[in-house]
Amino acid sequence: MNYKIAQISVFIENKKGRFYNVTKILKENNINIRALNLADTNDFGILRFCVDKPEEAYEALKKEHFIVKKNEILAALMDDRPGGLMDLLEIVNEADLNIEYVYTFVNAKDSHAVILFKFENIDEAYEKLKNKIHFLDQQYFIQN
Amino acid sequence: MFQPEFELLNREQIEELQLERLQKTVRYAYENVRAYKEKLDSVKIKPQDIKSLDDIKKLPFTTKEDFRQNYPYGMFALNVKQLARIHASSGTTGKSTIVGYTKKDLDTWSDLVARLAACAGVGSEDIVHIAFGYGLFTGGFGLHYGLEKLGATVIPVSSGNTKRQIQLIMDLKPTVLVSTPSYALHIAESLKKEGINQNDISLKIGLFGAEPWSEQARKKLQESLPVKAYDNYGLSEVMGPGVSAECIYQNGMHVFEDHFYTEIVDPETLLPVKDGEYGELVITTLTKEALPVIRYRTKDITKLDKSKCACGRYMARMSKPIGRSDDMMIIRGVNVFPTQIEEALFNIEGVGNAYQIVLEREEALDKATLFVEVNENIFFDEMKQQRLMLEKIKHELKTILGIELEVKLVEPYSLERSVGKAQRVIDKRGIYK
Repeated sequence: MNYKIAQISVFIENKKGRFYNVTKILKENNINIRALNLADTNDFGILRFCVDKPEEAYEALKKEHFIVKKNEILAALMDDRPGGLMDLLEIVNEADLNIEYVYTFVNAKDSHAVILFKFENIDEAYEKLKNKIHFLDQQYFIQN
Repeated sequence: MFQPEFELLNREQIEELQLERLQKTVRYAYENVRAYKEKLDSVKIKPQDIKSLDDIKKLPFTTKEDFRQNYPYGMFALNVKQLARIHASSGTTGKSTIVGYTKKDLDTWSDLVARLAACAGVGSEDIVHIAFGYGLFTGGFGLHYGLEKLGATVIPVSSGNTKRQIQLIMDLKPTVLVSTPSYALHIAESLKKEGINQNDISLKIGLFGAEPWSEQARKKLQESLPVKAYDNYGLSEVMGPGVSAECIYQNGMHVFEDHFYTEIVDPETLLPVKDGEYGELVITTLTKEALPVIRYRTKDITKLDKSKCACGRYMARMSKPIGRSDDMMIIRGVNVFPTQIEEALFNIEGVGNAYQIVLEREEALDKATLFVEVNENIFFDEMKQQRLMLEKIKHELKTILGIELEVKLVEPYSLERSVGKAQRVIDKRGIYK
């Protein structure tokens, strides 16, 4: 199982229409966004997302002169109930891992809540957590 | 008037003195500075070929590039151990332009700064608040020692910390303010914000320099502070402040022609312009010992008026510079060249060369923002690393330029390009207007 989920990060200036343009390019290439996160400052933002066709998304945005990076994150399944996230984070805390950032989404089709982790070291994180957390694979983002 | 015996010379007397001193300077530079010997040899001119002031046109020009090539002391006529002081100004790249002074040079400089101040009506009974930075910059120490020589009471406040500046102005009651015109406006606005009435401000005279400013700025300064605002001019390469200064008639800056020979040339052809026309100011020092400078291209665009002034002086009056013939910017009184910015960016791997600097005025102060087009090398998925990269760029700029710039990352291809050529500088300050 390939537990490393492909994530695309895009630099966007805090200017009208830039975010929209990214989504437009994805639509034109028939790419479906499964999860998304925007970290922003006064001047610029880092847009991160997981899609069904990461390679195509990367190429399409690059072609339009966006500054794009591919990176890998972990996607963990959690119970969609009070305390679901807390239980998960407790496990991560105990493993003493550095998290760069997280974002979440709830899959409407299977009612699962998914949390996406960017760890400083993805392999170390996976090894320490794989027996305690249910990680999803890339396939999950393509089919569902 | 500080030195009427010189300041009141008529044209004939001025030119006679100038020729004598020019001949001496050319000979001195030829014999003691290899760069000048090579320059003169290259056009087959010997010092004795200078028989009239007009003959100066036979001599090659000197530019900042000469200082760069001969960094640090190559332009000096004396060994650095024989000097009394070193100052520096910005070079076109990371290295500064180093200038030096003998004891006698410092003495002359103080005389000229004393003249500059006296020209504007400052006298020994005045209390002077100096808000120029003290350090390698010639402004702080230059004004300081000149004003001491004049006999004024000097308060060496230095630059920055506006709150403290205001407190000292209100408590110590100086009558003269020395600063850049933009900083003076900032002080004025801060005083107003504190609710301080103009009648309660002791200042009467403002000696403003180190950056170009317009007649409009003068009007604004004289409205917002109870001062008469006087301009003065100078540059480190030829000495520092004290090359020329306005008299009470505020109608051009009198060049202290017994120490400097000035020409105005067309910056393209380098030929002299017609009398009274605008062109680039070229200065030859006539009395400097440590660093004689022959035909230095200041890159400042101005014009000269050699008619007698109502103050009694015949010494030529240069108008406020109306622009530059190169791409140098003056930001908060500090000279900055686009090439320095390029060098700073070059020092950080991956940054590239797509940048633009935008200059604005915010509360009368210069605000400089550097826009850098982002690329894969300097874009990070983690905010922490992205910020670190921004800090790194800022730090490198600060190290090379000596001033802080705002740095903003922008998307590729988003900076203006005019006819394929990148437009590096956008100046919205309107300083020359």
